[in-house]
Amino acid sequence: MANFSIDVNGESRQVNVDPDTPMLWVLRDELNLKGTKFGCGIAQCGACTIHLNGEAVRSCSTPISAIGNASITTIEGLSENGSHPVQEAWMEEDVPQCGYCQAGQIMSASAMLSKIPNPTEADIHQNMSGNICRCGTYPRIKKAIMRAAEKGGNNE
Amino acid sequence: MTVIKTKINRRSFLKTSALAGGGIVIGFNWGCTPADMARPEASAWYEVNAFLTIADNGEVTIMSPNPEIGQNIKTSMPMIVAEELDVNWEDVIVKQAPLNTESFTRQVAGGSQSIRSSWTILRTAGATARKLLINTAAKEWQVDPSGITTENGVVKYGKMTMTYGELAAKAVMEEIPEEVELKDPKDFKIIGQAKKNVDLDGIITGEPLFGLDFKREGMVYAAAMRPPAFGTKLKSFDDSDARAVNGVSDVVQFGNKIAVIANSTWAAMKGKNALKAEWERDGKLENTTDHDRQLLRMLDTPEKEPRRNDGNVRRAFANADKVIERVYEAPFLPHNTMEPMNFFADVTDTKAELIGPIQTPQWTQGRVAQLLGREAADVTIDMTRMGGGFGRRLYGDFALEVAEISDKIRKPVKLVFSREDDMTAGTYRPASKYKFRAAIKNGKIDGYHLTGSGVNSGNVTRQNWFPAGGIENYKVETHNLRSNITTGAWRAPITNFLAIAEQSFFDEVAAEIGMDAVQLRLDILERAKNNPVGEIDYEPEKMIGVIKLAAEKAGWGNAPSGISHGFSCYYSHNTYVAEVAHVTNASGGPKVARVTCAVDCGIVINPDAAINQVQGGVVDGVGHAMYGDFSFVNGTPQASNFDKYRLIRAKEAPEVDVHFVESLNDPTGLGEPSLPPAGGAVANAIAKATGNRLYKIPFIKEEIVFG
Ligand code: FES
Ligand code: FES
Repeated sequence: MANFSIDVNGESRQVNVDPDTPMLWVLRDELNLKGTKFGCGIAQCGACTIHLNGEAVRSCSTPISAIGNASITTIEGLSENGSHPVQEAWMEEDVPQCGYCQAGQIMSASAMLSKIPNPTEADIHQNMSGNICRCGTYPRIKKAIMRAAEKGGNNE
Repeated sequence: MTVIKTKINRRSFLKTSALAGGGIVIGFNWGCTPADMARPEASAWYEVNAFLTIADNGEVTIMSPNPEIGQNIKTSMPMIVAEELDVNWEDVIVKQAPLNTESFTRQVAGGSQSIRSSWTILRTAGATARKLLINTAAKEWQVDPSGITTENGVVKYGKMTMTYGELAAKAVMEEIPEEVELKDPKDFKIIGQAKKNVDLDGIITGEPLFGLDFKREGMVYAAAMRPPAFGTKLKSFDDSDARAVNGVSDVVQFGNKIAVIANSTWAAMKGKNALKAEWERDGKLENTTDHDRQLLRMLDTPEKEPRRNDGNVRRAFANADKVIERVYEAPFLPHNTMEPMNFFADVTDTKAELIGPIQTPQWTQGRVAQLLGREAADVTIDMTRMGGGFGRRLYGDFALEVAEISDKIRKPVKLVFSREDDMTAGTYRPASKYKFRAAIKNGKIDGYHLTGSGVNSGNVTRQNWFPAGGIENYKVETHNLRSNITTGAWRAPITNFLAIAEQSFFDEVAAEIGMDAVQLRLDILERAKNNPVGEIDYEPEKMIGVIKLAAEKAGWGNAPSGISHGFSCYYSHNTYVAEVAHVTNASGGPKVARVTCAVDCGIVINPDAAINQVQGGVVDGVGHAMYGDFSFVNGTPQASNFDKYRLIRAKEAPEVDVHFVESLNDPTGLGEPSLPPAGGAVANAIAKATGNRLYKIPFIKEEIVFG
């Protein structure tokens, strides 16, 4: 076990865990931030996507020892009250079915839009294909991303 | 107008509950419009019946009795109550009801039956409350109740008005109306309007809604090791390395399994991976190659008593100008809900409290009670939102496991499956095969013979559905291959592959006899409608309706260059669906670009959510037809995570346009019926695009097509 000080959603947080503990479980079990989801544990489904210095990363495969000073953003910290343009677009398109994958989808989409403010369909396919939606909401996810892009989805 | 006897429990009308510091309301509140801002806080809530509670400020809490697995029932069920109650949807707060078999019937999510089986009950609950409020106002005003109308939570008589909130306190003291009138569907104001998912806000901001998110103070975590292969059992294990893992507090054996208990999910999983267990054979170690051989052999074996045998099939084949025979094959499939199985239990000397994602709370309650040797009354099951079900959460194995673990360690504990645990724990869609034969006489199907076989599948046919009734000589047989690999319902059980095979076969027959694929189906349906052969369990008229709608909307017969169309239709869960797949064939193989879908599911409750369901079912159907692959070697599953098991992803998903047949009929199933036709439409379009017919799931393995 070791002490770590990490920057999560703009706050400095202290945790005492094994260095190999994936950020996913630090967030969920230690910091009680349950929005980041567990789907596969091997960087294949995207349910656990967070931002590390603005980049989308799979928290299930990112040990806390690799975080250092990087700033972490989770779905809970993406905006105040769900007001990020991507979240708003998700509301307007009523995207979710079961909803389980959606936090990860939103984190991948918002990271993409901060780099590619006007994505083509190919950009979306490229950037969103690491996120599985078992319920098959892909058509709506695409529509919501297009809608967020129109409104200037890059909120950063 | 329909008049309904209420049969509502008298007791439930007399309860009122004062709201202490907002503590009772835990559901999602819509109060975001300026009008609502001005509304005073509710200070008292009156329980009108098991479904609804009215506050003195006019807010209404509606219980959603059934488990939510993404079918959006938590929104559509309350919409039905609100419609008959006649309130503003904005004044409605939705809550997940607890398991309560006295007040609610069939608290199950499965078979696409939630709405269908509760339609009248929900309407009656709303209508009874409305009439009660009218009767209360009539007494207050000393007027004839028949002259009173309601609108958006307000009771009116001439110029006099009172809000439901003002009436609620008096209403709960009134006699319950014995008969109520239900609205004419033409007058519906909420049903048929798009209403957003009531949990939407929580989902997109990461609120802890799901089973995996549930946490109780002082709770420990468990990860379990289960036999690695079907046909093996635990021989011995060494837990010294597991116990050395930081955070691991205990290791317990339960049955043939071992649970590692820890203070975090990660420690429990790490501990489980550090277990050294030895397993021994206690049954056959089965192989997919053996299943394949046995299932194929069954296709050539007559069933003692065929499921159905109309006319004289033997003679039809003997006299045929031509016989067409094809075999179609599909593997097992795991459900792979995005949220892996998990459940919470706290078993003490006096009670067992369980909380988590479950499609069958009542059944599971009974089984847990039996397992622990308790009274059912001492076992409670609370439902969380579910990260998908697809049938997997009908089986409460995970709830039983955690109950047993908690009983052993006497602590509140959360059992979490890793993806590997989830994919290898069993309860798969049964592997199945079909042989179709058609006897062609004078360019028509004169005889039809279907034989199906499946692993632990029961009847793999639907002998009284299409094309039953439309073909003179018609025979259906089925065989079941027993296995120690566990199987279960998987979204649209049986039909999820039967439809692909059947609809592929009709396309092949149409091509062989040189007939339009849509016309061939219509001809059979016309016969089934006008002069059916024997009994049938579907309505040919409705099938004809969706076929024509899909063909029209897709531009059937006029595919633009570079696009190939494939047709398919299927009836299941009382709903009729026809689909046209639009496939391109560029470099890299064929791609499903779009699916046009026509649906007759009776009245559509929540159109936007209904479209979402249909789109999801189509994407799911296309995905599993293209990529679904799961096999066994010596009883061991050959995939255990998404690196080896391929699910459809964004870049492979088609656009789906959805068209509903306008209808005021009672609603039918919607969570499943769009799935079965999808794979067949894809296979038929690919055959047209490439000249190659696909006979085996997953299609992607067909090298001649996909390289
Ligand atoms: S849980 Fe991290 S990618 Fe699946
Ligand atoms: S909405 Fe259920 S997995 Fe995406």
